[in-house]
Parts: sequence; structure tokens; C-alpha cells
Amino acid sequence: MPVSANKSEAKPILRIAMVGHVDHGKSTLVGRLLNDVGALPAGKVDAVAEMCKRRGMKFEWAFVTDALQAEKDQGITIDASHINFSSDRRDYILIDAPGHREFIKNMISGSSDCDGAVVVIDAEEGVCEQSRRHALLLHLLGVTQIVVAVSKMDIVSYDENIFRQIEKDFTECLERFEMEAIRIIPAAGLEGENVKSTTGKLPWYDGPSLFDALEEIEGAIPLNAGPLRISIQDVYRFDERRVIAGRVDSGEISVGDQVMFSPSNHVGVVNSIESWPINSSKSVAKAGEPVGFTLKEQVFVERGEVVSHNDNMPSETNVFHAKVFWLGKTPLRSGALYTLRHKTSECSVEVEAIESVIDVAEMDEVEFKHVPSDCVGEIILRTDKLLALDSGSRIVIADEYNIVAGGLVSTEGYPDQRDALTRKATNITAVEHAVSRRSRAERNGHAGGVLWMTGLSGSGKSTLSVELERQLFALGYQVVVLDGDNLRHGLNANLGFSPEDRSENIRRAGEVAALFAESGFIVVTAFISPYREDRSRARDAAKENFHEVFVSADLEVCEGRDPKGLYQKARAGEISEFTGVSAPYEIPEKYEFEVDTGALTVSESVDALVRYIKVNFPLRSN
Amino acid sequence: MDQKISTRARLTALESQSVFILREAFSQLENIAMLWSLGKDSNVMVWLARKAFFGHIPFPLVHVDTGKKFPEMYEFRDRYSDEWGAKLITGTCPPVEEMDQDLPPAARSAARKTAGLNNLIAEHGFQGVIAGIRRDEEGTRAKERVFSPRGEGNAWDVRNQPPEFWDQFRTKVAEGTHLRIHPLLHWSEIDIWRYIGQEKIPVVDLYFSKNGKRYRSLGDQDITHPVESDARTVEEIIAELNETDTAERSGRLMDHEREDAFEALRSRGYM
Repeated sequence: MPVSANKSEAKPILRIAMVGHVDHGKSTLVGRLLNDVGALPAGKVDAVAEMCKRRGMKFEWAFVTDALQAEKDQGITIDASHINFSSDRRDYILIDAPGHREFIKNMISGSSDCDGAVVVIDAEEGVCEQSRRHALLLHLLGVTQIVVAVSKMDIVSYDENIFRQIEKDFTECLERFEMEAIRIIPAAGLEGENVKSTTGKLPWYDGPSLFDALEEIEGAIPLNAGPLRISIQDVYRFDERRVIAGRVDSGEISVGDQVMFSPSNHVGVVNSIESWPINSSKSVAKAGEPVGFTLKEQVFVERGEVVSHNDNMPSETNVFHAKVFWLGKTPLRSGALYTLRHKTSECSVEVEAIESVIDVAEMDEVEFKHVPSDCVGEIILRTDKLLALDSGSRIVIADEYNIVAGGLVSTEGYPDQRDALTRKATNITAVEHAVSRRSRAERNGHAGGVLWMTGLSGSGKSTLSVELERQLFALGYQVVVLDGDNLRHGLNANLGFSPEDRSENIRRAGEVAALFAESGFIVVTAFISPYREDRSRARDAAKENFHEVFVSADLEVCEGRDPKGLYQKARAGEISEFTGVSAPYEIPEKYEFEVDTGALTVSESVDALVRYIKVNFPLRSN
Repeated sequence: MDQKISTRARLTALESQSVFILREAFSQLENIAMLWSLGKDSNVMVWLARKAFFGHIPFPLVHVDTGKKFPEMYEFRDRYSDEWGAKLITGTCPPVEEMDQDLPPAARSAARKTAGLNNLIAEHGFQGVIAGIRRDEEGTRAKERVFSPRGEGNAWDVRNQPPEFWDQFRTKVAEGTHLRIHPLLHWSEIDIWRYIGQEKIPVVDLYFSKNGKRYRSLGDQDITHPVESDARTVEEIIAELNETDTAERSGRLMDHEREDAFEALRSRGYM
């Protein structure tokens, strides 16, 4: 075994997952590698060779690997085995992950915290479904350093063309998942070609051996440079100290720092960083460290909150996209309820929609109503409380006792709800009105209220609102229209179309509508208002006077109309984050009235709305 | 890389992971205990708990007493449980005659400890039991999860283990079952000794050589043998481990009686 110069000192550990289709030769490569680096106990190979002879079997390196791990059952790896060997500069742990599809959960458990992975592909069989599935899972797990070993090159007579074809096929596959192999290596485990060194059978190949490629994989680097993130595990009160405990996931925390807790939005100043045995000079904790700290003033915080600095905070949302691998026994369906965990926080979650399923057999994204077991789907999740997320945050889904899915978050297209929730001014006292709502209603002859129309661009909101305003006015109603485009010329002139600005646009419109309604007007609004949370806030502002009207023409109809030519521009990529095309429209869950302008004419729609107003806001003659 | 820095970095990474696991167990489970066999690994584990909880041990230490440990071990137990301010629970084990007669003799003897532990779990209603096993000790332990469910009758279902990744563990416990928590799973024997050296953690004297022999692993007196060794200090043990090909548990008779004896013990609740 290659040994380091100073034996009593330790080397860094590098964890490597061995993945790939069953029978593609993983165990043979591992057995041969262990032999060639001198990591097998003396006599092991002879003993296995003797056993093979006795039983009349051909010698296989895989038997050596199996014998090391006492893998007796079925001749396949059912759970990830851990095999150790060392090079001059570090200690390797090879995690031999099972190749069978039904053991995906074990492959994931074995590979998730690896520094790199070797994907083994049989030269004779080429890239197969399971090779692609494992590549996709490695991508989602965050294992980015990939070495590809094209095994059994001896079976194909070390044919360069076969190797180049596999190299091309798998490079394309990895590109689909935004990955790139560090090395793609031809090798033959049985003959020991290019495992540790070459025996000259690959004159057309001048890259490294498998062992040399492993040596190129880099160990994990702590994320000290990233923004501060600590997930709180617990708050301890074992003695007079109140210690907030967690792990620094990235960045650094120092005594004196002002820190923000999300999603509670509490702030505090770090008083001390605790340690045992007591080290009173400790004033900073870095990425990877378990930390315990106290605050200068007591602030109520609990497990699950994320600590950051005041700049570079995580975003807060309860609805987001996720790309997940599904391990459940039954398919994942929309509408299903589970428990979601992000770092140390936990809450209820509903699968709001399934957007697509990645079909690794066809390498295609298919529209699917459900995500089958062991497949990857892109879904929308809605939680029952706010989460502090970053794009790329890792979440898992649990069903009762067990974890059934893991995935990566994308908050793209959804607003950060922190700003909308944060009231920046304090010391505000509401003034009591001297004129009551009832007196106003008596003067006007009707109660005030908000008729909040929501729907896709082109669904007819503006057209309906203008006509409705005219007819209601003629009937004697105090009525006013708030139109999205009009408001953006004045009150909302400083807002763009980012998810946060859209949210703020609607928040202001909701507050203005509520003020008009309070003063006795019928307010008709015409905003796309695509997010359920935003509409719900507008409802909260206007309280019981709020009537949500779903203008429900579907996307096809609206896109066909395209009165402002916006869909065309959005499809051409000239407008980004366009609702229905490149940004989500969240269909109302509860609404007071629906107008399907795809089925009704403009005048039929307006008639229906007028009837609705007459019933809900009856006119009294003064 | 400077070798000393490398050792410290490696031990810090192992320690950080263990502290995270201990805090998860303490936060997520209602009634937990830590198994303290008095061996080197469990002493490291108690030390890590004091790191995780800033000098406190916020759960009882459980010593399942077979009544056949070495006198040095009992002395060690009484001295340090006191010094560390730990709450100690000791449990007794049923006589060997009550054990499954199908097991080979030494395994039968080891099974007493399992029976004693199972009785304690039932008596105290523990949701979680923290045990200091490591992947590198033995083949079946290599397959363990960090949070490992034990079914009714404390059985371990090795063929159907829950997924575990990204430091998200199974932390929910069904009625009548419990979880084993393994904060040292990712450590190796030599890491344990390096950490004992770095942190100056006390261990029972039997680990150090007397008359050319020392114990590498401590079990019951009648089924544990010392190995040939001249290592008298922690540093000498580390140097010795760097050279040896012999397995750590070679002095444990129960591991060698029959090929599947250890797996059979574990599936019934052995650590």
C-alpha cells in the first residue's frame, strides 16, 4: 500500500460513489483497483482464486470485492458498501452503490455526501437507461465531479470507435443535466488495463488511468466565502445561558454581528460564541462548524429558522418550484399532502401541480399527471408557512415516518414575500372615522366593495371593467375602475415586472381599492394578479367587502386574442416573466364569481356581472 | 498539506458531523439515552455530547451490565459518571441459560447484553438509543443508517432501510419501536485514537500494553482476549494501528464462531 511519509498523521478523506447499471462491471473495477493499489490483505486474491478453482468457476475480481464485504445474498449489492483504500495523499472511501433500479433509495443514501462519483458504463452495452438515471440523480444530489469509466474494453477488442461513441452519447446526456465529466476513461477490469496503469492496449488513448482520475477529484471546500446561513437546530437553556445552536452552512458569524432570523424577521446582535471546553477567546465560527451563540438582547427564535446577515438574506416564500426525485411506493400526485423539511424547518406541504416528468428512457420531458416511483419530476409546492429559501436549496418530503423525496428548489417566478410582509414604520395608531360606513352607504344608496377581477392577459378584464363601470354608473352606482396599466403610470410608476415588483403592484392596488370601498365606492379592478398570496392580501385589506371574480378564459383563447401583441413578444423571448408563458398564473382556489369569457360574449359577461352587483350591492332609493 | 493541520482538519470534520447528529437526536426525540459501554468509542461519544451541549449531558448514560466486565471498567464507570455529572442508568442481564440455544456459545453470552438492553428500553420507554458503532468495525455495521429504526421486538430490517441523505434523517418513531442513533458511524478506529489523543479523553487502562499484551476491544471477560502489543500510550497505539492487518474485533470470540453469528445477533437488537 502506498503510505505517507509520516505515518502517525492523518490524511484527508475523499468519498467516491461507484454507480452505474448492474452488471456493467463496478465490482470488477473496484476489486482490480484495490489489488493494483496494494490495498488487499495478503493472501486474499489467492484464497478467492482457490475457492473459484474448487467450485469450477472462472476467477472474478468481483468475488474479491464481495468477499471483503461479505456480500453473500443474491450476488448483488443491496445496500451501499463502504470500501477503504489509501493513496499517498489521502484516504479513499469507495461507496459501492447498488445498480438495480429498485435500490435507488440506497444508491441515493450512499452517494449524497460524496465528493465525486465514478459512473461505470459497459463498453459492449453502451449508455443505458440506468446510466442516465444515475447521472440525473448525481446532478440532483449535488455530486458534480464525475469520472466515467467505460469498462470491459477487452470484450470489444479495445476498439476506439466504440469508446468514442459512448463518450459522445454520455457527454450529451450529462449536458442535458448541466454537467460535465472530469474524465472519460476506457478500462478493462479483468485484464487490469488502465485501472491503475496501462499495459499498452490503448495506444489511441493518452489520458489518465482510473486511479489517476480519482486523484484529480477535489475534496470539499468549506463555503466560507458564501453568504451567512445557519440552520437553527435548537435553543438550549441548560444553565443561565440561552444558547442558539445550529450549524454554519456557509459564511462566517462573529461576535458583534447583527443577524437576521428568517422567516420570523427578528433581528439580534451576537453577544458570544460558546464552546466546550470553554474558550472565551472564540469570536468567530466558519462554514461547516457546529455553533452555539448568545444574543445581546433576548429575541424569540426557534428551531427551523435560518440565520443570515442583514444583507444577502434568503427569500421568504410558501410557494416554489422543485425538481424532485420520488422514492415513494405509489406515484406522486398533485393535491397530495406531505411533510416538507428544509434544513431544520418542517411544515405541511401540498403538491400544487406536476409540471413535467423527466423520462430517462427517452431523455425527454413529458407531460404527466403523476411522478412514478424512482423518477424525477418538476413540481410546484405550496407550504402552510413561510420558508427561508435560496434558489438551489435542498428540500426533502416525508410521508409519515420516512423520507420519500428529495429535490432542489427554484424560486424563479415567485416573489420574495419578505418585503410585502414587513411593515417598515412602527408607532402607527389608526384613526377612528367620524363618518361611519353605514352613513356612507345610506348617502350613496349602496354599500361599498371591491370587485377584484383576476385572469390571464387577454382574458377581457379591462374590456369588461370599462363597460361594467359605464353601466353601473348609469344605474346610479358610485363606481370606479382601477386598471393595472393606468396605475402603473402614476402610483406604481416605480415598479417593474419582477415577481417582487408585481407583488408590490398588487399590494398597493389592494390597499387603494380597500380605501375606495371604505369610502363607499364599488371598485372594479382589472389586474392579472397571478399570485394567490397577493390576492389573499388584497382580500385581507378590504375585509368582508371583497369579491374575487375569476375571468376564466384559458391560455389558448387569450393567446389567440392577444390584443396588445404581448403573447407574441413573450413567445419570441422579447418579454421575460410573462404570465402564462414564462411566469406562473395561480388559478383562484376560492372566488365569489366566475366569468368564462371564452364561452360568453362581452355583453353576456357584463350582464352577468351587473346581475351579480345588483344582488350583492342592492340599490336603495334615497 | 502540513500533516498536523491535516489531522486536525479531519478530526474537526468528523466531530462536526457527530455533534450535528447528537443535536438532531436530542431535538427530535422525546426520551433518549446514550449507551455507555465504558469502551473507547463510547467515551469519545460522551465527550462529543459534552461538546454538543456545552458541557452538559442532557440524557442518561446507560450501562448494560453483564456482571462480567473487568474490575477496571467498573472503577472507571463510577469515577467518570461522577466527574462528568452524568445521570447513570445501569441494567442487569438475564442468565445465559435463558438465551437462544441455537446461537454458538460466545454469541449466546453476547446475546445476554441484547436482552438486558431490550429490557431497559421497554422499562424506560426510550424513543432513541445512541450507540457508538462504526462502519469500519464489521460488515453489517457498514450498512447501517445514522438514524436506524428498530421494529417491534427491537428487530433491525437490514433489507428495507429508510433513505437517508443531506443530513435529513428518519426522526419519527412509531409506538412500540425505537431508533438507534449512530453518531460515530463515519469514524474509523484510528480516528477514535487520534481524537482521544487530541482531546485527552480518559480511557480504561486495559487498552494499554502490559506484559506484551493489550485489549483492542473490550467486552465481557470470558469472551474477550487481549492481542499481542507493546503499545503503552495513545501515540504508540496509533503507530501500531498504522501497521496492522488484523481486524479490531479479532479478540471478540462471538464474531468468529459462525459466519452469520454477528448478523443474527444484530438483527435481534445487538448494537
